[in-house]
Amino acid sequence: MTNNIHEFLDADERKSLLRLLTAGSVDDGKSTLIGRLLFDSKKLYEDQLQALERDSKRIGNAGAGQIDYALLLDGLKAEREEGITIDVAYRYFSTNLRKFIIADTPGHEQYTRNMITGGSTANLAIILVDARTGIITQTRRHTFLVSLLGIKHIVLAVNKMDLVDFSRDVFEHIRDEYLALTSRLGIEDVTCFPLSALEGDNVVEKSERTPWFEGSSLLEFIETVPIHLDRNMQDFRFPVQYVLRPNLDFRGFCGKVASGIIRKGDEIMALPSRKTSRVKSIVTYDGELQEAFCPQCITITLEDEIDISRGEMLVKPDNLPCIGRHIQTKLVWMDEEPMDRSKQFFLKAGTNTTRATISAIDYRFDVNTMEQLPGADFQLNEIGQVQITTAKTLFFDAYSRNKATGAFILIDPITNNTSAVGMIEKALKEEGIHEAELPTLDLPRLGITSEHYNAIETAVRELSRQGLEIKVIQ
Amino acid sequence: MNYKLSHLQELEAESIHIIREVAAEFENPVMLYSIGKDSSVMVRLAEKAFAPGKVPFPLMHIDSKWKFREMIEFRDNYAREHGWRLIVESNMEAFQAGVGPFTHGSKVHTDLMKTKALLDALNKYKFDAAFGGARRDEEKSRAKERIFSFRDQFNQWDPKNQRPELWDIYNSRVHKGESIRVFPLSNWTELDIWQYIRLENIPIVPLYFAKERPCVEIDGNLIMADDDRLPKEYVPQIQNRMVRFRTLGCWPLTGAVESTAATIEDIVQEMMTTTKSERTTRVIDFDQEASMEQKKREGYF
Repeated sequence: MTNNIHEFLDADERKSLLRLLTAGSVDDGKSTLIGRLLFDSKKLYEDQLQALERDSKRIGNAGAGQIDYALLLDGLKAEREEGITIDVAYRYFSTNLRKFIIADTPGHEQYTRNMITGGSTANLAIILVDARTGIITQTRRHTFLVSLLGIKHIVLAVNKMDLVDFSRDVFEHIRDEYLALTSRLGIEDVTCFPLSALEGDNVVEKSERTPWFEGSSLLEFIETVPIHLDRNMQDFRFPVQYVLRPNLDFRGFCGKVASGIIRKGDEIMALPSRKTSRVKSIVTYDGELQEAFCPQCITITLEDEIDISRGEMLVKPDNLPCIGRHIQTKLVWMDEEPMDRSKQFFLKAGTNTTRATISAIDYRFDVNTMEQLPGADFQLNEIGQVQITTAKTLFFDAYSRNKATGAFILIDPITNNTSAVGMIEKALKEEGIHEAELPTLDLPRLGITSEHYNAIETAVRELSRQGLEIKVIQ
Repeated sequence: MNYKLSHLQELEAESIHIIREVAAEFENPVMLYSIGKDSSVMVRLAEKAFAPGKVPFPLMHIDSKWKFREMIEFRDNYAREHGWRLIVESNMEAFQAGVGPFTHGSKVHTDLMKTKALLDALNKYKFDAAFGGARRDEEKSRAKERIFSFRDQFNQWDPKNQRPELWDIYNSRVHKGESIRVFPLSNWTELDIWQYIRLENIPIVPLYFAKERPCVEIDGNLIMADDDRLPKEYVPQIQNRMVRFRTLGCWPLTGAVESTAATIEDIVQEMMTTTKSERTTRVIDFDQEASMEQKKREGYF
């Protein structure tokens, strides 16, 4: 027996972690589905169940004699009285293959910011629909938000299949409509499941009532879907978080590897100084490492003494991020107070904090139809595209390429509230630079022949992405 | 190399990032130390975050004057051996007035010796950030709390008005007098904590392991007679029982469980097969409906 527990722990310590977002309303049976996942994976302790049974008798919404899974999940007193999940609640469960963190968020439009909050770290999103109603406005909005957040894997849970007699036609109709929607949004990995959360069909075990369904159960899918490839392992980015100087001989730069890989001996460049050096050591409490990768937290020491402080970034000289003070970005307004463009916000991106202003509003989205509306100051839960100018230089990548260096928050300078969050699209060229003042490449004069023009164009586009504009004469 | 992290490595990295962020962005942070297993893990993570340097903030223990004696001994030894600056604060006024769980009940005792003592200490040192070892899986109201949990100048938590918290970008801006409670272990579960203690050989108070201890049954809880303040009427009922503790707090408010678990592996095995979650052995949670949420609003963790 003792051996078994050693083996169990050894295996358990190596499990991976999957963070998932659930979106849907109370009516879709979302809480029931989560309760079912927790319950059926035997992670519910008996006394939590006893408390649930006690609460169910008083204020439960489920029918007599049935366990109301939703009550188990709705944490706060006020919310329990209102009968609705308001904030983001985090749930934990574990199977033999993985540990899971569920961010459970409410579905209604007035809670868009909660869903954005819960989804920001998710590897996978479960979107619920009621089989009787199919794809509705809310489904489109949730899917749009999930694509905006760059969540790579989507599960469409077609719930309440028991109420449509487990009809294959109903399921496939909803599935096809949904796949058309997600392909328009450019979401690649979408998997649809016919479920009855209430009765447990296809949640943990495959159901005998859907013999026509060829997929696995929902749990089996989220246990095995590969997620380690979702991280950006190409572009080494190391935002310096803290400078460690325990004695005169040691100067280490602490931080989390935001993306990519770093090895001892690698050449690095510090931004914004552009000074270069080599990695002398990668230090951790548990000893030195030969290499480190995202999202490890490490301390880097360098061969040369370079003055680097918090907010700066270590990168590799042959793979630079965008560098600039003007960005085009998607923005979600999270504050009850509407946008005020006369304000100077604090923008925090990684470890870099700077003053920032919203210099232009390009458009807002109708979150239900994804149509673009004319630009106007954003209200709570509104999403759109804006241009932002910062006081300090930012080092960033497009969010679609690198979440860890493409995201930021805007903090209100008076209330200190997190007013908005952003997902950067691209660098904008420096304002006020007249085209005539741009550095120029006159290709014929340089003797470069036309077969190289395509390659040069690619290089110039890349430089432009990084904030450096060059004029090309062909 | 396959460039994958296990869930424990990922949780460790998340916590270290949080701890460094606080050290970098706040002027005067403190790590609240309860001497329990979660605190032990949090303290080790802080040591990891700044190795080979020293942790740039102190530990603070709010001593309710009713903690198990083994806890106090462990606290002093650990802090000394690991080079921590240790602050110990108590509500001496209430203590001298004789406040205790047997005479005043758990609610008054907790309000005065824990919540008030904590708030007074935070004000006294003007800490602008305080780390706590709470986990979201412990209790329902904690499941909704942010990692950086904003507190107004009265140290109150407003569950309806929390700052959005996205990615790993934490908003640490506060006005003078306001503060942030920081929970680096938010995403850890009880099992994660035990696994990490096992993997990292983290020292914990021996009370977690089963041993024969003098116990008496009070209101359905198995209470260990830790000192001579046990009311006289219970003394004749004291029996030696093989017990251990799943959580540690004030000894009259912390129920023991009968157990023979003498190693971490035994504890995990017991935990995986047992049917009660850990907070049931804490008497204070049962005071009133949603009592933990109420205590959190008032400034208790």
